[in-house]
Amino acid sequence: MTVNRRTLVKGMVAGLFAAGAPLGIEAEPTSTSDESHFRIWDAHSHLEALHGNTEERMRFLVQHMDKLGIERLLLSQGFGEFIYQATPEQVRTENDRVMEAVRLFPDRAYGSLYLNPENVEFCLQEFDRCIRDGPMVMIGEVQTDVRCNSPALDPIVERAISLNIPILQHTWFLNDGYRPGDSTPSDLVELAKRHPQAQFICGHTGGNWELGIRAIRDTKNICAEIAGSDPTSGFTEMAVRELGAERIVYGSDVGGRSFASQIAKVLGAEIPDSAKELILGGNMRRLLQPVLKAKGLAS
Amino acid sequence: MIDTNVHLFRWPFRRLVGDDPAELVSRLRKKGVTQAWAGSFEALLCRDVSGVNTRLAVACRQNGPDFLIPFGCVNPKSPDWEEDLRRCHEEHRMPGIRVYPNYHGYSLEEPAFARLLSLAASRNMIVQIARSIEDQRTQFPLMIVPPVNPGPLARLLPQLPQLKIVLLNGGGWAGEDAPGMQELRSAGNVYFDIAMNEGVGGLDRLVASTSQSRVFFGSNYPFFYFESALLKVKGSDLTAEQKAAVMDGNARRLMGSSRS
Repeated sequence: MTVNRRTLVKGMVAGLFAAGAPLGIEAEPTSTSDESHFRIWDAHSHLEALHGNTEERMRFLVQHMDKLGIERLLLSQGFGEFIYQATPEQVRTENDRVMEAVRLFPDRAYGSLYLNPENVEFCLQEFDRCIRDGPMVMIGEVQTDVRCNSPALDPIVERAISLNIPILQHTWFLNDGYRPGDSTPSDLVELAKRHPQAQFICGHTGGNWELGIRAIRDTKNICAEIAGSDPTSGFTEMAVRELGAERIVYGSDVGGRSFASQIAKVLGAEIPDSAKELILGGNMRRLLQPVLKAKGLAS
Repeated sequence: MIDTNVHLFRWPFRRLVGDDPAELVSRLRKKGVTQAWAGSFEALLCRDVSGVNTRLAVACRQNGPDFLIPFGCVNPKSPDWEEDLRRCHEEHRMPGIRVYPNYHGYSLEEPAFARLLSLAASRNMIVQIARSIEDQRTQFPLMIVPPVNPGPLARLLPQLPQLKIVLLNGGGWAGEDAPGMQELRSAGNVYFDIAMNEGVGGLDRLVASTSQSRVFFGSNYPFFYFESALLKVKGSDLTAEQKAAVMDGNARRLMGSSRS
C-alpha cells in the first residue's frame, strides 16, 4: 500500500478550511501542515483502547494514520487491560497478535517484541522465535514487573546486541509512588552503562521530561522518546537543546493517546525542519537500518 | 478560528513561549486564530483575584481588543467573592468567568459554588470550569492538584437551565469516562473544549456523545502546543460543516447569546 502523503494531507487541509465559515486561515499553509513534508514513523504504538479484532483495530489505526501522514508504526503488546506478571502463554499471545497485525498490514507496521524478564529463558526463546526467526525488528515497549536495571535483563540485551536492534523501555518519574517493576530513566541509564554497545529508547522520557532529559543526557546510547504524555510546550525544544535532534524519537502511545497530540510535540516545536525530519522518522529508520537490511525489509 | 482556552502571563512552574501577552497574540494570529478566550495563570495561586482580573482585562484591552476576550476568575471560597463577580461583569465587561476548583480547594458540591452558578446565570455570563490544567502525574511534587470531579455538576444543572457551562480540559488520558461525564455530555447547556480530548478518533467520539453544536476548539495554549488541538480537528472524521462549527461557529454563537 502506497500513500502519497503530501497530496493527501494537502487535500485534507483544503477540506478542513474550505468549510465556508470565516475561519481566518490565511492562504499560506501554516507550520502545522508541515507533516506533509516528513516521513513519519511512530516508534511506540499499541492496539489497546480500540474496538474489534486485530484486523479491525489495525484498519482503524491506518485510517487515522493516513489523515496525518503517518507512514509506519512500530507496534507492540497491549490489547485489553494491562497484564501484570505476564505468564509465558500471555506473552506469546501478545506477540502472536502483533505479528498477525504486521502480516495483515506489512507496509504500515513493523512488530516489536514483548517480554517479561521474570522468565529470562523464555524471553530468549521468544526473541529467537519472533525476531531472529520471525518478522519483528526490535524489543519493547518493555513494561513489566521487573525494573529495567535488573541483571535479569543482561542476557536479553546481549541478544539484542547480537542482532543490532534497539530496545524501547517504558519509563516514568512518578510523583505519587512506584509499583514493583516501575522503571525510571535513571534505571535505564544503569542498564545502558552496563551495555555501551546496545541502543536504548527511553519510552516517555520519564513523563516528567525536564527530569528525564537530564537523567539520560550523558548516556549517549539512550534516545529520548516523546510518547504518551500531555503535549506540554517546551518538551521537544529542551530535548533538542540537551540531547541533540539525533537522539530524539517520535512515538504516540496510541491507542490510548491520539496521533494528533503527540505529533504536535514535534510539529509545534520551535526547531528546524531538519530536526523534525530526524525526530519524526529519520532517527528510527537509522536505528532499525541494520535489522531491516538483514531481513530485506523496507526502510 | 476561535480558541476558547488560552491563558495569559506566566505558568508558575515553567517559562512558556507566549507568556508575554503581545507575543501570545502575535503567535495566535499567525496560527489563524481570530478570537481567543483568555484566563490568567495568575488566578491559580494569587489570592487577590480582583487584582488578577484587572491585570487580565487591561492586558486584553491593550494587546488584543476584540481579539482577546477576558474571562476573569472568581473563587467562591474567598470572602466577598460576589463583588469579584460584579466587577468582572459590570466593570470589566467580561462575558464570562473561568473557575479553578481544584487549585482553589473546593468541590462542585460546595453550596457557595451552586450560588456562584446561580448568580452567573442571572447575569447571563458564561462559566468556564477548568477541570484541570496539567496531568497530575507531572505536577510539581509539593503541589499535587487532582482534577475536578465533575459529578456534582450534573445534579445542579436541572435547577439552572439558562446557565451556560463550558468544561475546559475535560478529557485527559484517562478522564473521558470519569463519573458524571456522561450526564454532562447529554446536558444541553454544557459545552466541551478539545484540549485534553484523547485517543484515536477521540474528537469524533466526543462529538457523537454530545452534539456537534456543543464542542469548541480549545488549545490550553501556551501550556500545550497549539498544534495538538488543530491536528485533532484535522485528523478527525468530522464533515467540513462540523469542523467549522467546532472551530468557530459554536463558540461564536454562545458568545453572541451571552452578549445579547
